[in-house]
Amino acid sequence: MEMLLIRRFEEKVEERFRAGELPGFLHVAIGQEAVAVGVCRALEESDVIASTHRAHAHALAKGMHPNELMAELYGKVEGCSHGYGGSMHLYDVERGLLGANAVVGGGLPMIVGAALAFKMRGEPRVAVAFFGDGATNIGTFHESLNLAQLWKVPAVFCCENNHYAESTPARQQLPIEDLTKRAEAFGMTAMKVDGQDVEPVYRTAKRALEHARSGKGPVFLLTETYRLTGHYVGDPQVYRAKEEVRELRKTQDPIEHLRARLELSEEEWEEMDAEAHRLADTSVEFAKAGTDPRPEDALRNVYA
Amino acid sequence: MLEMTYREAVRDAMSEVMRRDTDVFIMGEDIAEMGGSMGVTQGMLDEFGAERVRNTPISEMAIVGAGIGAAMAGMRPIVEIMYQDFTTLAMEQLVLQAAKHRYMSGGQLKVPLTVRTQGGAGWSPGAQHAQQLEAWFVHVPGLKVVFPSTPEDVRGLLWTSIYDDNTVIFFEHRTLYPMKGPVPESIEPIELGKARIHREGEDVTVVATGRLVHEALKAAGQAEAEGISVEVFDPRTLQPLDEEALAASVMKTNRCVVAHEAVTRMGYGAEIAAVVQERCFDYLDAPIARVGSCFTPLPFAPVMEEFVVPHADDVLAAIRRTVERS
Repeated sequence: MEMLLIRRFEEKVEERFRAGELPGFLHVAIGQEAVAVGVCRALEESDVIASTHRAHAHALAKGMHPNELMAELYGKVEGCSHGYGGSMHLYDVERGLLGANAVVGGGLPMIVGAALAFKMRGEPRVAVAFFGDGATNIGTFHESLNLAQLWKVPAVFCCENNHYAESTPARQQLPIEDLTKRAEAFGMTAMKVDGQDVEPVYRTAKRALEHARSGKGPVFLLTETYRLTGHYVGDPQVYRAKEEVRELRKTQDPIEHLRARLELSEEEWEEMDAEAHRLADTSVEFAKAGTDPRPEDALRNVYA
Repeated sequence: MLEMTYREAVRDAMSEVMRRDTDVFIMGEDIAEMGGSMGVTQGMLDEFGAERVRNTPISEMAIVGAGIGAAMAGMRPIVEIMYQDFTTLAMEQLVLQAAKHRYMSGGQLKVPLTVRTQGGAGWSPGAQHAQQLEAWFVHVPGLKVVFPSTPEDVRGLLWTSIYDDNTVIFFEHRTLYPMKGPVPESIEPIELGKARIHREGEDVTVVATGRLVHEALKAAGQAEAEGISVEVFDPRTLQPLDEEALAASVMKTNRCVVAHEAVTRMGYGAEIAAVVQERCFDYLDAPIARVGSCFTPLPFAPVMEEFVVPHADDVLAAIRRTVERS
């Protein structure tokens, strides 16, 4: 249900953006739902995550209500960041979402720090960073994995390898194919899983979290996934063949994989889908009825 | 009154806080067995152990970022960046992360992190080990910036910075570490955003930071012999700035000289001058003079370094220039 909700929510976001209702720019996670849900379902409630610019799926999977998320995309006070953040800066500190991050690789170091705090205080919690294949080329990735492994902090580094860094394909940005080698270079335990199938993602994430929680050190969790849309909403995707996207939609759609796994009747599936559509529609109504911040509210929250 | 060096005062403030508060710990390069490349953390490893006095790899992004994450998770970390030049390696984490999480989260998060760093010329380290980069940080909403000039101030302000709920960039000046000065028997916290007048005067206010406070005091002594009465004003906290005290001082003296070791052009002094003219235009009897380093990287050869960096003579010349105008 969560995966289906994310899909319908993201489709609704695309629709409303194209209708000109949403300010800024947006990245949707269509195709990557199984990673977000598989990993977040495996978390304990007190675990924390840091997300990326493609954050809606992580936020919903960590338990954020779609109304709060949509209201943020509309820049409303009722939004999860009260209109101060936007799509790339979703926060829900109470539920353990320490922020989505618009800087590729920007959230990794703080996950090391949160995990360090858990370790120093003897709390049985894990901190999880989501990031893409593109982030494995940036310095924060290497410095964070190095420090995390050196100090054996309870962190999981979840790489969502969707094979494109924005528009740039793997062959133009990664000199190696198997990204687990990067973690192994630090002596870190690495696990790898098909990110389009939610059950193995969940099982592997459980193992990774267990490893980290038991004090054995951090884990690099590589999920192979596919972005079934552009980098941003409206991306004409001139860098890849239309045929590639058609083929991926046919063979790598996690929602279709889920549907096959669930063995539901047509009717039961339709019922679930209708509920997902309803939640997405309701979130738009909620957001549109929301309160605009006062312009001068921009001056608040600069300092604690 | 006790007497302490600036270096001991920094160490004493950290140690006192760490004795009473287990949420406070320090991370940095060479800070454990070696005691820090400036000797500031000497002995702290023995007292607090390796969990709380954490030697790190040479990895500024990760150290600062780990400080941010630990702060978000409820700790009050102190990060030592060996030279302020090396804060450039962690700029993304400081400017895009530490400074903005509170804001972007709509007030949900706080990042009570203290980033201690030092710099300052006068010992021929060359162009990459002694810059004064405070102007880079005061320009970033969300960061607080502190730059104490005496043992008493560094002790009281570091205490407050660690307990502040925001990220504080805490500048120490290398050449001040051995300087001795009186300090209160037990630490008296000093509120951020409160300036200190080191010497009262009637004819001109010299707004000085860091080492230049002491150069300004020297210049003020010489000026007195020439019949010029100089007020030496140290903001101590660069962000937030104590505008009220600054305006009151200039309205009294009617003249203002700004002095810092950082490059003059686009420096912190330019902002001070702007604030002074906005608030005190009708009181000014002379243009505001600026004293700072020449617009060059720091040269190595001692004679060139001496030429580029400002000294008491430069402050005195600016004082004379300003007073002679009217």
